[in-house]
Amino acid sequence: MQGDVVLSMRGICKEFPGTKALKNVDFTLRRGEIHALMGENGAGKSTLIKVLTGVYEKDGGSIHVDGIEGETHIHSPQDAQNAGISTVYQEITLCPNLTVAENMFIGRMEGPVVHWKDYDKRAASILTGLGIPARPRQALSSCSLAVQQMVAIARAVDMNCKVLILDEPTSSLDEKEVEMLFTLMRDLRGRGVGIIFVTHFLEQVYAVSDRITVLRNGELVGEYAVKDLPQVELVAKMMGKALDDMAQLEQFDQKKAPGQDVVYEAERLASVNTKPFDFRIRKGEVNGFTGLLGSGRSESVRAIFGADRVTGGRIRVKGKDKKIASPHDAMKSGIGYLPEDRKRDGIIADLSVRDNIILAMQVMKGFFHPMSRAEMAKFVDEYVAALNIKTASSETPVGSLSGGNQQKVILARWLLTHPDYLILDEPTRGIDVGTKLEIQKLVLKLAEENMSITFISSEIEEMLRTCSRLIVMRDSNIVGELTGDELTQAQVMKTIAGGGAEA
Amino acid sequence: MSMIKRVRKSGGLGQLLIPLVAMGILLLFNLFRDPGFYAIGVAVNNSGNRVLTGNIISIIDSASELAIIAMGMTLVTAACGGQDISVGAVGTIAGSIFVKALKGFSSINLGTVLLALLACCLVTVLFKLFNGTLVSVFRIQPMIATLILFSCGRSIAYWIVGSATPQIDSPIISAMGMTIPGIPIPTPIFGVILVGALLALIFRFTTLRLYTESVGVNEGAARLNGINPILIKLLSFVILGLCVAVAGVIGTCRMGQVSHKTLLIDIEMDAILAVAIGGNSLGGGRFKISGSILGAYIIQMLTTTLLAMRVDPVNIKAYKAVVIIIIVMAGSPVVKNRLTTLWNRRRSGGLHAASGRG
Repeated sequence: MQGDVVLSMRGICKEFPGTKALKNVDFTLRRGEIHALMGENGAGKSTLIKVLTGVYEKDGGSIHVDGIEGETHIHSPQDAQNAGISTVYQEITLCPNLTVAENMFIGRMEGPVVHWKDYDKRAASILTGLGIPARPRQALSSCSLAVQQMVAIARAVDMNCKVLILDEPTSSLDEKEVEMLFTLMRDLRGRGVGIIFVTHFLEQVYAVSDRITVLRNGELVGEYAVKDLPQVELVAKMMGKALDDMAQLEQFDQKKAPGQDVVYEAERLASVNTKPFDFRIRKGEVNGFTGLLGSGRSESVRAIFGADRVTGGRIRVKGKDKKIASPHDAMKSGIGYLPEDRKRDGIIADLSVRDNIILAMQVMKGFFHPMSRAEMAKFVDEYVAALNIKTASSETPVGSLSGGNQQKVILARWLLTHPDYLILDEPTRGIDVGTKLEIQKLVLKLAEENMSITFISSEIEEMLRTCSRLIVMRDSNIVGELTGDELTQAQVMKTIAGGGAEA
Repeated sequence: MSMIKRVRKSGGLGQLLIPLVAMGILLLFNLFRDPGFYAIGVAVNNSGNRVLTGNIISIIDSASELAIIAMGMTLVTAACGGQDISVGAVGTIAGSIFVKALKGFSSINLGTVLLALLACCLVTVLFKLFNGTLVSVFRIQPMIATLILFSCGRSIAYWIVGSATPQIDSPIISAMGMTIPGIPIPTPIFGVILVGALLALIFRFTTLRLYTESVGVNEGAARLNGINPILIKLLSFVILGLCVAVAGVIGTCRMGQVSHKTLLIDIEMDAILAVAIGGNSLGGGRFKISGSILGAYIIQMLTTTLLAMRVDPVNIKAYKAVVIIIIVMAGSPVVKNRLTTLWNRRRSGGLHAASGRG
C-alpha cells in the first residue's frame, strides 16, 4: 500500500435481489484529504458507504485500511469502528437527553468507576481544540443541529478515526453553520484525517473538497482532482450525458404568463404556527415562498393545506367560499401538498410503492370505494414510467428506495389526484442533480398545463428558475413580493435582509 | 407453489412461513407420536345429537374464542402499535350482559337471544371505545390505557349479574355453545368462520386495510393524506369490541353460565401471542389476519398435544413456554434476516453458476 493511502477499496461488488448495486467499484482515500463521493440517486454512494461501515456485507472485492495487515474484513459497524472508520450521519445518532460530554464518552469509559469531572475536562479540551461552541455539561438537545453534528464528529475524532465519513452533513444546516462545519473539516484534514464527504450540494463540494469520485449506476466513473473538473463536467459525468439539459431549462425561462383566474385566495389566514397573512395564486402560476429557515415559509403552506390547526381567515377556491380545516378538506378543494420532511411526513416507509402512490387518490375516492388491483396497477405503472421511478417492483417497500425516487413516489401520489393547486415544499432537498432538473422541468410543464404550483426551495437559483412570483418572508411576516425584473438573486437577498421594508 | 412464487417475488421469506412451518412440525410430531391423534369419530352427546369427536375437532373448537379475539387484536395492534390487554375482562362483561339480558326476558327464544346479543355488542363496543379514546385522543400507551379495564373489568362483570355463576339453560344456548341438532360440527367453529368472513368482506369493500396500515406505519403522513388517524384507531377498537362480544357469548354458552373468575381467563396474553406468532409486528403497521388465526390454532394445538401426552395440566404452561420461545425466536428479525441472507445467497449463487455456464 502506498504511504499516504489510508483506505483502499478494490473491486467492490454488491447485489440486491433484482439489482446490482455496485459493480467492481474502486475507491481510494488518502491521509489528510477531503474526498467527495458523488453520484445521482441510486448510483451506489450509500451502498458503498454501508459496505464500508459494515451495514451491508459485500459480495466481492477487498478493503485495505492503513495500519492493518492484509485484508480488512468488516462484518458489522463495530468492526468498522475498530478499524478506525467512523460515520456521522445526516440524522444525529447521539442521545439528546445526555450532556455533551456524556455523549462523547458513552460506551468507551474505562473502569467501573466513572470520574465525570475528568471526562468533562477532557471533553472541554477537545471542544476548544476543535473550536466547537458547546459546553461539556450542556444537554445535547440544547445545542443547534450543527453543533450536535460537530459533537458527533468530535467523538469520532477522539476515537482516533482514520477515516471519517460525513453522509449529507449539511442538508439541514444554514449557511453560517455550513461554514462552521467546513472550518472543522479543514482543521481535521490538517490533522491527517481522511474525510469522505457525501453531499448533493455541488457548491459545497467545490468549497471544501480536494478530490472527487463519481459513481453512476453502481459503476465507477472516475476519480478526479477538484481543480481538474469544472462543475459542469462533474454534473455531466454524474448524469452520463452532455449537459444540454441545464441550457434547456434556461430556455424554459420564457415562463408562460399565468392566466387571470384566481384558483386559491386566502384573507387573513392564520394557523397555530403562523401570523395572519393574505395569499392568492392564479391558474397556471408558479409562485414561491422564500426566506431563511424558520422564516415561516413552510408554516404558511401548511396553513393553506390545513396541516396545522387553522385559527382564522377566509378562503376562496375558484371564487367559492371554502372551509379548509384539515388536509382532507384541502384535498377535496383540489389542493395537493408535498411536505418538507419526506421521511417524517411524506412516505409511509413500510408500505409498498403501489400503496404509497395510490394513497391520496384512494382517500379522495372514499372509504367505501376501494380501488381494484387492476386499477391500481394501471395508475402505478403509468406514473412509475412517466416519472422514471427506479424500483424493483411496485410491491417494494418505498422505504428501501433512494431519496430521489421516494420523492418521485410522493409526487406521483399527488399528480394522480390531478390537483388544481399543488404545493411542493422542498421537493428537491437531498436529491441528486439529475432528479432535481427533472422535477424543475416537471413543475414548469405542469404550469404549462394550467396547474397552479407553489414551489419552496432553500436554493434561490432553483426558485428563480421556476417561479414567476416570489413571496419573501422574514420572522413569520411577508416582507415582499417580487415579480418580473425583480426576480434576481441580489433583489431576493436584499428583501430577505430587509431593505427598510418595515420598522 | 404460488406461496413459493410470492416469497420469491417479495425477495424474502413470507410472513406466514414460520407459523406454517411451526404448524407443520406440530402436525408431523403428532403423526409420528400417535397416528390415532388424528382419529375422528362420531358420538352422541348429552342432548342426544350426533357430533364429531377427536383431537382435531376439539382443537379447532376450543380455539374459537381465541381465534376471534386474535383477529380483532391484530387490527388494534396494526393501527395503534400496541395491544389491548382488557379483552378477557371485557369479554366477561359481555357474557354478563348477555346473561343478565336473557334473565330479564320472560323466555329464551331466538328473538330474545338476538336482542341480548345486540345489547352485549353495544355495551362491549362502548367499553372498547373508552379504551380507544384513551389511546387515540389522549395518546396514552395502549398497555396502560387498557390496564384500567383489565383490572376492574371482572368486578364490573360481577356487579352486572350480581351473583357468582348465574346459569342459563336453554336448547338455544347449548346449540350456540356446543352443537346445533343435525349438524355434527361444533357451533363455535362457525362463529370463527362468520367473523373471519365478515372481516374479509370489510377488507374487500372498504379501504380499512390501507388506512390502518398507513396509520400504523406513519400516523403523521397518513393525516397529511386526508386520513383521520383517531377515527381509524377508534374503528379498530370497535371491531375488536365486536369480536370480544362474540367470543364472550360463545364462552358463556359453552359453559351454560357466566363465571367472572374463569371466563376467557388469560386470553389477552394468548391473543397477543397469536398475533405475534402469526408474524405480525407488535409495533403496528402491516398485518395479516390469517397469521393471527393460524397463531391461535398453533397455541391450542400445543395445549392439546401436551394433554394428549399426559403432561400434568399444572406443568403444561411451562412446556408451552419452551415451544413458544422457539417459535417466536424463529420469527424474530435477527433469525429472519439470517435466513433471508442465506436464502438470497443460495439463489444468487445459483444465478452465478448459471451465468458462468452461459
